[in-house]
Amino acid sequence: MRAFTYERLDGDSAARRRADTTDSAYVAGGTDLLQLMQEGIAAPRALLDVSRVGTDGVTAELDGIRIGAGTRLTDAIEDPTVAARLPLVAEALAASASPQVRNMATIGGNLLQRTRCLYFRDVTTPCNKREPGSGCPAQAGENRLNAILGGSAHCIATHASDLAVALVALDAEVIVERRNGERSIRLADFYRLPGDTPHRETHLEPGDLITAVFVPIAATGLSSRYLKLRDRASFEWSLVSAAVALKIDDGEVTAARVAAGGVGTVPWRLPMVEDRLLGRTIDVATLQLAAEAAAEGVDPRPGNAFKVPLLVNAVARALAAVADQELAR
Amino acid sequence: MNAPALSAVIGQPVSRVDGPAKVTGTARYAAEFVPDGLAYASVVSATIPRGRIRALDTSAAEGMPGVLAVVSHRNAPKLPYLERDQRPPVDPKSGDQLRMFQDDKVLFNGQPVAVVIADSQQEADAAARCIGIAYDETEPTTTFDPGRGRPPSEETAKGGRPGAAGRGDGAAGLAEAATTVDVTYVQAREHHNAIEPHATIAQWDGDSLTLYDKSQWVQNVVVEIAHVFGIEAGKIRVISPFVGGAFGSALRTWPHVTIAAIAAKMTGRPVRVELSRRQLYHSVGFRPHTLQRVRLGAAPDGRLTAILQDAAAQVATYEEYAETTLQPAETTYSCPNVATAYRLVEMDTNSPCPMRGPGIVTGLYALEAAMDELAVALNVDPVALRLKNHADINEKTGLPWSSKALKACYETAAERFGWADRIAAPRSMRIGTDLVGYGMATAIYHADRAPAEAEVILFANGTAVVRTAASDMGPGTYTSITQIAADELGLPVEAIRFELGDSTLPMAPVHGGSITLVSVGSAVAEACAAVRQKLEALTGEGSIAERLRANGLDRLAASAKASPGEETKRYASSAFGAVFVEVRVDEGLGTLRVKRMTGAYDVGRVINPKIARSQCIGGMMGGLGMALMEAAEWDPRFGKVMNANLAEYLVPVCADTPALDVTFVPSEDTVLNPLGAKGLAEIAICGVAPAIANAVFHATGRRQRHIPIRPEDLIGT
Amino acid sequence: MPVDSPVVPVALTVNGKPERLEVDPRTTLLDALRDRLHLSGTKKGCGLGQCGACTVLVDGRRVVSCLTLAVMNDGASVTTIEGLGTPDALHPMQAAFVACDAFQCGYCTPGQILSAVALIDEGHAGSDEEIREHMSGNLCRCGAYANIVEAIRTVAGQEG
Repeated sequence: MRAFTYERLDGDSAARRRADTTDSAYVAGGTDLLQLMQEGIAAPRALLDVSRVGTDGVTAELDGIRIGAGTRLTDAIEDPTVAARLPLVAEALAASASPQVRNMATIGGNLLQRTRCLYFRDVTTPCNKREPGSGCPAQAGENRLNAILGGSAHCIATHASDLAVALVALDAEVIVERRNGERSIRLADFYRLPGDTPHRETHLEPGDLITAVFVPIAATGLSSRYLKLRDRASFEWSLVSAAVALKIDDGEVTAARVAAGGVGTVPWRLPMVEDRLLGRTIDVATLQLAAEAAAEGVDPRPGNAFKVPLLVNAVARALAAVADQELAR
Repeated sequence: MNAPALSAVIGQPVSRVDGPAKVTGTARYAAEFVPDGLAYASVVSATIPRGRIRALDTSAAEGMPGVLAVVSHRNAPKLPYLERDQRPPVDPKSGDQLRMFQDDKVLFNGQPVAVVIADSQQEADAAARCIGIAYDETEPTTTFDPGRGRPPSEETAKGGRPGAAGRGDGAAGLAEAATTVDVTYVQAREHHNAIEPHATIAQWDGDSLTLYDKSQWVQNVVVEIAHVFGIEAGKIRVISPFVGGAFGSALRTWPHVTIAAIAAKMTGRPVRVELSRRQLYHSVGFRPHTLQRVRLGAAPDGRLTAILQDAAAQVATYEEYAETTLQPAETTYSCPNVATAYRLVEMDTNSPCPMRGPGIVTGLYALEAAMDELAVALNVDPVALRLKNHADINEKTGLPWSSKALKACYETAAERFGWADRIAAPRSMRIGTDLVGYGMATAIYHADRAPAEAEVILFANGTAVVRTAASDMGPGTYTSITQIAADELGLPVEAIRFELGDSTLPMAPVHGGSITLVSVGSAVAEACAAVRQKLEALTGEGSIAERLRANGLDRLAASAKASPGEETKRYASSAFGAVFVEVRVDEGLGTLRVKRMTGAYDVGRVINPKIARSQCIGGMMGGLGMALMEAAEWDPRFGKVMNANLAEYLVPVCADTPALDVTFVPSEDTVLNPLGAKGLAEIAICGVAPAIANAVFHATGRRQRHIPIRPEDLIGT
Repeated sequence: MPVDSPVVPVALTVNGKPERLEVDPRTTLLDALRDRLHLSGTKKGCGLGQCGACTVLVDGRRVVSCLTLAVMNDGASVTTIEGLGTPDALHPMQAAFVACDAFQCGYCTPGQILSAVALIDEGHAGSDEEIREHMSGNLCRCGAYANIVEAIRTVAGQEG
């Protein structure tokens, strides 16, 4: 690790001190940043510890549910409001990382975790995300774990967060504290597609601090399933995941929220799947037809073409599971 | 003194004698010794697969806080690297070992090219990242292309890894067969990934050197480093009381041990070298990527008429590590015509090395998968096919087995597993959305023994110390040897302290190849007998303590050496087993879970059934990883392993654990050694991967001829 | 040019004992425990949070000590394996690990044991399946998982 200065912020100092240069970084849980620093991928000169600025906790508000950015994943999973009204979020979090890491990692940090692309993580190889313009060896290399959606010639790195997949399905917003006040960004607009600037991953500006995520009331209380597929039974990032939340009234789909993980360069909402469900009467054929829309626009590489059928089948299976829950309701 | 009670402790499920130390964190591993003034090293690795170092800029690093020295080929001492009279069995027989900082050549990506030593690990690591290296690259050879395979050298062939071997006429045997299979299998490059990283602390005191090292053979480290530095072996001591897993990766003395000694020499401080997880993928060995073709021929009644097995394995360019991959083709079954061909494929990579069940587990994977294919082709039960071709003698050597209870293994495991419930046709068993598959395989691993020495000291307080320079990387040597001594001395386990892991102790062979128990155990038994004899020669009666006191003695010591004898010329010895597996495959989701595994093993006499069972369930988990997860993702453009960590190089986690059932069939091999044991570390991983692969075929009807088998292979179309 | 690391004071309570350290801010909690306090029962396996060997309890919760800086834990209470029991007075989980032979080489063991103790406190010992899932952050390359689950089940049963 390169030497850095360390400063712990509290609620007051956080308003004044900003990680507003490329050489400074916020740290809260540290579970990704420390890996990046140990491997020489990140080398901040100044570390601002925001773990005690008071952004933790879950609040049920009139128009939705707010999860503080400093909330540890375990605390979010165990929060009764999250468990009861955002089961998709709880399930995605419970499938994330390991119990130890979930005790450390925060909601805000989880949304900002960097990709697991093997070339990004190895500083001796080129990577446009790490060193703009250096190239993308994943295109014709070990890309089993890489994206089949949203990629470009410059980057096909997958977004690694399970939480973000669940949240993007639920139309969540990211609450950001900026020097001149607070603003809210739809999570769907929060991440940038790699295009030709894969090193720019979000719409955060220097100094911005995520303080919370907010899930609107309309997306709460839905039957849901977060289905995560991986090589081993636990403690692994997803090969493919499907986040599904549905409302079915009298056999007809009145709300459909579907997103996928492990497949996109950003958490990937699947509006075409939703379109094929909304207003339809639920049956096996409808679910299958809807799931097949998940593969619209895929651009696989030889090493990850298997993710296409895996994605369709994962969506189909998750849809069926949620439909069963709803019909049994 | 009376003769010791017959097997009072041997055969009992004694809890590990080193257990309390391990569960309280007081067991000390190599990196955990703290000599005064300890400094910390960070190794700098090459980032190209082949070429020369053109320029090396250490100025920034040297000026950084805490940095004591930066060592590279520009300033390292010239070391003699004397050739040993006889290479130890853990080293390749041919080629030259990697020499540390002796020239500007880069032979593979990840090769150590410099080391930074600093007052703290943080300072050393930070400075290591600030060393600028410019290379002149030359065209590397980084693809695994079996077409480039060449036979092993003469030295390697003499060491039991010939380019061609067999008996009878393989081609004729194939021609006369009524049924044949001709199949090719690929096994990925695998890494040991013991949880303890390799680490060495080197401390010079004048011209004497102490090394705290993660090692499976402390006395070989002494000899090796003595030759590297051209110093007397008597000046070197190696200490390694606990080894945090190794599985073969700590058999030989790797370059970082030399680096530690150089670094300590140049700084005048004790220095710790601890390799990072990423560095482990290119600093110690691995199980080589291997491609195999198996051709089997059988008569209508299922009797094998031919076994032809060819293997091509990757190897480094600078030295020639080769495996006994094709030995199972010669020993597992009765067959008049056997032909094997072994090829090495040179690549710019670090050198491979033995990994649990080296060679055998690789060859057995292909052979046992092919046997399953043959069973299907013949439409016979896989167990019946194996029984039909049971090798009553070792047909490779023509020698009788010193013991063999393989038939009992098949029978016991099949019964406990419920093999009879298997519906033979593939895709015929189903539970919900899961296809169910049953598969099985034979396990075989030769049982060897080497000379060993031990010393036993009795004390007047009624305790005893047993000493020998063995290791215990986890199989339970501390405990099983203590049990042997307890029985031989007639003392309780608690009264005996077993000292190992120090090169100054009596001679012990390498802790590998499942030979420790029979080799060291035999020496300890003889030393105990010798001390008992001395005791009996004393006047007086009563307990050991009473006898010593009656003779005015504080202690009584005896040593012994035990060696294998003529029996190795008259008998072949091997451990055997049968492994049965149930898998569940969800083709829609590409998900495969091993539901349960049943193994029955013939390992001779079991000294400690509790610890022996642990070895077996551990081997099963290792085999599960091999079958379903483990693969180094090699990028030939860079000549390196890209998933060099524990997040993307997958090993099984707790949630992957199936129900595991282990039985030891009645067996005793007093030919191999007086204890009657055969050793069981390697046998436990043998046969697991093919049993799983065979179960996958039975579940899905689709043959996967490579490991690991992953979701992309299973997803239905 | 790299800057000189200013040394930062850290106060920790380790196994009930107050410890004051001046650390390079780059020092992870793991390295502080192993290299500064010489509590080498906490093991380094990967340094990247991927193996769980360095698991300790911080304010009663299990964490991987390699992914947190010592300075980030200023004021915290840390429990390492040395704080659970001694060879002569084992903690029930330590005793169960010995009795069930829930390890071989012993290197991942302290992390497994601390994880296991935390797991029971968390209420995740309801079934073998739940134990397996919630022990999956601790790799055991010797493959002792089945015995680890048995040890935890035994202790959970006694406490339950």
